[in-house]
Amino acid sequence: MGGPLIAPLPGTLVSILALFALAALAVPLARTPLGRPLVYGASALISATAFVFGVQGMLGTPATLVLPLGVPWMGAHFSLDPLAGFFLCVINLGGAAASLYGIGYGRHEHAPQRVLPFFPAFLGAMSLVLVAADAYSFLFGWELMSLASWALVVAHDKSADNLKAGFVYIAMASFGTLALMLAFALLAGGGDLTFATLAHAPHGPLVGALVLALALLGAGSKAGLVPLHVWLPLAHPAAPSHVSALMSGVMTKVAVYGFIRIVFDLAGPPAWWWGIPVLAIGGISAVAGVLQALLQSDMKRVLAFSTIENIGIIFIGLGLALAFRGNGLMAAGALALTAGLFHVLNHALFKNLLFFGAGAVLNATGARDLEKLGGLIHRMPTTAVVMLVGAAAISALPPLNGFVSEWLTFQAILLSPALSPWGLKLLVPLVGALLALAAALAAACFVRLYGIAFLGRPRSEEAAQAVEVDRWSRGAMVGLATLCVLAGILPGPVLDALQNAVGPLMGARLPVQTDVAWLSIIPVGESRSSYNGLLVFVFMVLSAGLMALVIHRFASRALRRAPAWDCGFPNADPITQYSASSFGQPLRRVFARTLFSAREEVTMPPPGDSAPARIRLTERDPAWALLFTPLARAVEALAERSNILPYLTIRQYLGIVFATLVALLLVLAIWR
Amino acid sequence: MALISHLLIQGGQMLLVLALAPLVTGLVRKVKARLYRKRGASIVQPYRDLARLLRKEAVVAEGASWLFRAAPYLIFAATWVAAALVPTFATGLLFSWSADLIAIIALLGSARFFLALAGMDIGTSFGGLGASREMMISSLAEPAMIMIVFSLALVAGSTQLSTMAGVMLAGVGLRVSLALALIALMIVALAENARIPVDNPSTHLELTMVHEAMVLEYSGRHLALIELSAQLKLLLYISLIACVFTPWGLAPAGAGAGAFALGFVTYGAKLVCGAALLGAFEASIAKMRVFRVPDFLGAALMLGLLGTLLLFVSRGL
Repeated sequence: MGGPLIAPLPGTLVSILALFALAALAVPLARTPLGRPLVYGASALISATAFVFGVQGMLGTPATLVLPLGVPWMGAHFSLDPLAGFFLCVINLGGAAASLYGIGYGRHEHAPQRVLPFFPAFLGAMSLVLVAADAYSFLFGWELMSLASWALVVAHDKSADNLKAGFVYIAMASFGTLALMLAFALLAGGGDLTFATLAHAPHGPLVGALVLALALLGAGSKAGLVPLHVWLPLAHPAAPSHVSALMSGVMTKVAVYGFIRIVFDLAGPPAWWWGIPVLAIGGISAVAGVLQALLQSDMKRVLAFSTIENIGIIFIGLGLALAFRGNGLMAAGALALTAGLFHVLNHALFKNLLFFGAGAVLNATGARDLEKLGGLIHRMPTTAVVMLVGAAAISALPPLNGFVSEWLTFQAILLSPALSPWGLKLLVPLVGALLALAAALAAACFVRLYGIAFLGRPRSEEAAQAVEVDRWSRGAMVGLATLCVLAGILPGPVLDALQNAVGPLMGARLPVQTDVAWLSIIPVGESRSSYNGLLVFVFMVLSAGLMALVIHRFASRALRRAPAWDCGFPNADPITQYSASSFGQPLRRVFARTLFSAREEVTMPPPGDSAPARIRLTERDPAWALLFTPLARAVEALAERSNILPYLTIRQYLGIVFATLVALLLVLAIWR
Repeated sequence: MALISHLLIQGGQMLLVLALAPLVTGLVRKVKARLYRKRGASIVQPYRDLARLLRKEAVVAEGASWLFRAAPYLIFAATWVAAALVPTFATGLLFSWSADLIAIIALLGSARFFLALAGMDIGTSFGGLGASREMMISSLAEPAMIMIVFSLALVAGSTQLSTMAGVMLAGVGLRVSLALALIALMIVALAENARIPVDNPSTHLELTMVHEAMVLEYSGRHLALIELSAQLKLLLYISLIACVFTPWGLAPAGAGAGAFALGFVTYGAKLVCGAALLGAFEASIAKMRVFRVPDFLGAALMLGLLGTLLLFVSRGL
C-alpha cells in the first residue's frame, strides 16, 4: 500500500480547473444534441472525483499549496484541511447528484446554451471557495459562485419574475461580498491576506465584534438568514430545478463554510457573548422560514423557505458552539459544532432530493403550484417513494437522518445550563423552544406538501396525465434517498469522520462512536443519552412485519374496493378536497396572523347567484416592509440626488477632487 | 444466559403493553360511563371490537394508493416500538438505551406523520380536515413536550427514561419546575391522545372531530391496527407519567423475581389510577372549540418553557 495516487489538494485544484475547462467547452457544445449528456456526464464524473479528494482531505492532514496566480507579489494560496474537506464532500456529492439528474432533466431545457456553460462553472467556483487560503482567492471564488448562479437564475429570461429575482439576488450578493471584504480587511489590519497570517494577526475585542457582525451579514445573506433572506425564495425557485437544488442544498453550505472559516478559525478566540446574536438569528430564521413555507403554494418556494429554516437550525448549532467555546466548555462545543455540521450534510442530502422531486413533478405536469397537483403517487411511483423519504427526513422523523442532527442539537442545548452568563441562560432555552417549534411546523409543512401533491385525487388534467421521469433523474433521487436512510441508521461513522474537522476548531472531540456496542451513538455519556437508529429501524421493520404476518395468518385477508365513504356524502369532484391553502388555514390563523399579517378575504356571491365564492389570501414579509422597501426608497432618492453629478462644471469637479483628497488625508492623520 | 433472560424480559414488556393497551381504554370508558350513571360496556369490550374488526373484510376506497394500506402497519410499528421503550414494570431493560425520551416523542411524531398522510390519501374533505387540524395541534403539542423533556432531563441529568426514573426514585425534592412539567405533560397527553377537551374520541360529528376524521375511511384489519395504536399511545402516556412522577415499585436492572412481581403489581395499580383519573376528568369537562385549542396548548408550551428557564437560572445560584 503506497500513498494515494494524487495528493488530495492538487487533485481538487485539477478538478476545479477541469470544471472551468468544461464550462468553456460547453459554449460550443451546448448547441449540439450530444452537448447535454457530455457536459452533465463529465461534471458528474469530475464531482465524484472531487468528492473522493474531499474524503481524503477530511481524513488526512492539512496540506497547503502556493500557485503563482492572482495578485503578483502574493500568489494564490490554497489549502485543504479537514473542515474544507468535509464541505468539499458535501458540495461535490450534491454536485454529482445534480449533474446526474441534469442528464435527464436537461432534456426539457429550451435554451441549453444559457444553462450548460454556467453549470460546471458554478460547481467549480464553489469548490474553489473551499480550498482558497487567502482572502483574494476566497473572494474571487465567492464572486464567481455568485455570478455563475445569477446567470443560472436568469436563464429563463422570458419571465419578468425571474428577472426581478435575478436583480434582487445580484444586489444582495454584492452586498454580502462587500461585508466579507471588510471583514477580511479588518482582520488583516495592514498585514498580508493569507489565512495563515489572518488567523494569527492580533486584534482587539472591537475588531472581533465587527468581524462577527460582518461575517453574519456577508455569509448570512448568502445562507439566507432572516432578515437577509428576501432574495432566497425569489432566486432559488427561479433557476432550473437541478440548479435550485444546488443553490438551496449546496451553495448555502458554502456560506456556512465561510462563516465557520472566518468566525471559528480566523477571528481568534470568541468573546463570551458571540453566541448570542448567532443563536437569536438562527432561532428566528428557523421559525420564520418554516412558517412562511407553510403559507406558500408554489412547491419550489415551499422548499426555498424551508432552506431558511434549516440554515437557522445549522446556525443554532454554530451559535451554541460559539457560546460554549467562548465560555471555555470545549467538549460541549464540540457536540454543538458536530450537530451543526451533521445537519449541513443532512440538509444537503434531503434538500437536493426534494428539489429533484419538485423538478420531476414540474416536468411531468408543467405545474409548480400545489393547487394544480394531486394523486401523483399513482402516476409517478418512484418519485413518490423517494419524496416520501425526503419529506420524512426533513421533518426530523426517526429513523432517518434529519432526526439525528436535531437530536444532537437538543443534547447540546441540554448541556448549556453550565454556561454562566445570564444572557445565555435566558436565551438558550428560548432557542430550544424555537427549534422544537420549527421541527413540529416542518412536519406540518411537509405533510401538506406531500399530501397535496402526491396524495388525493388530481386537481388538474395535467396531474391526471403525468408520467414518471427518466431513469437518470430517478437514479439521482434514489441514490440520495438511500443516503438519507443510511446516514439516519448509521450516524456513528459520520460523526467520527466529522471529529477531524471539529477537533482543530474546538480543541476537543466527541468520544469515538464506532466502538460503541450495537452501533449506538453516545455523544456525552452512557447514562446521559444514547440513540440507536439502526435498532429503532430494525424494531420498526420487525414489528410491522410481525403484525402483517399475524394478520395475514389469523385475521381476514379479504379486501374489497368500494367508493369512498366520506361520512356518507362522497363528492366525485376533486375540488371538494382539501387544498394547500385550506390545509394551511389553521396554522395560518394561529401563527401567521400577527407575524406575517396573513389575511383572508372571502367574497360571497349574493344568495341565488351561482357564481363561486372566492377566497383571497395575502401575507407580508416584515423583512420587506420594515427593512428593504425603505432601504430601496432611500437608495432611489440618493440616486435621484446624485443625478446632477454628470452635469457639473470643470471647476466643481476639481473642487470635489480636492475635497476628497483633504478628507482622505484627514482620515489618515487622525487614524495614525 | 443472561442475554436470553434480558431478551425475554424485553420481549415480555413488548407483549405486556400490547396486551394491556385495550384494557386501559376499556377501563377509561367504563369509568366515564359509571360517572354518567350508565352501566357502560364491559372493560374487555375493546378486545372484542378488535377481534371483530380483524375478522371483517377490509373495504378500501377506489382511489386509495399503497400508502393507505401500508400506513396502519407503519403507524402501529412506530407506536409499539415507542410504547415498548417506556419503562413499565422495570427499568434498564436490554434495549432501553436504544432510544431516549426525545426519540420516543419523535417516534410518535413519525406515526402521526403517516396517519395524517393516510388521511389525505383518498382525497375526501374530511380526511384533509382531520390531517390539517391534527398537524396544527401537534405543532404546539410537540414543542411543549420537548420543553417538558428539557425540564425532566435537566433535573435528572439525562434524557434516558431509566436514568430519569432512578433519579426521581432517589428523590429530588419538591421542585417548582417539576410541578409545571407535570401540568404541561398532562395537557400534552390529553391533546396527543385526542381526548376531551381537545378532541372527542367517541364522536363522529363532522365539525368537531380531528382524529376520527383522519381514519374515517379505514375499516377491517386496518382500522383494528389504528385503534390498537391509539390505545397503545394512551398506555404509553400513562406509563410515561407514572414512570417519571411515580417511579415507586419499578424493578431496577438485574433485580430478582420478587422485585419484578412488585413491579407488575404497582404498574397495574398505576394504570388503574391513571385510567380512573382520565375518565373522571373527561366526564367533568366539555370539549373546546378547535381554535381554543392553541391557547390551551400554548399554556402547556409556556409552562414547559417556564420550568426549563427556572432550571437554567437556578443552576447559576
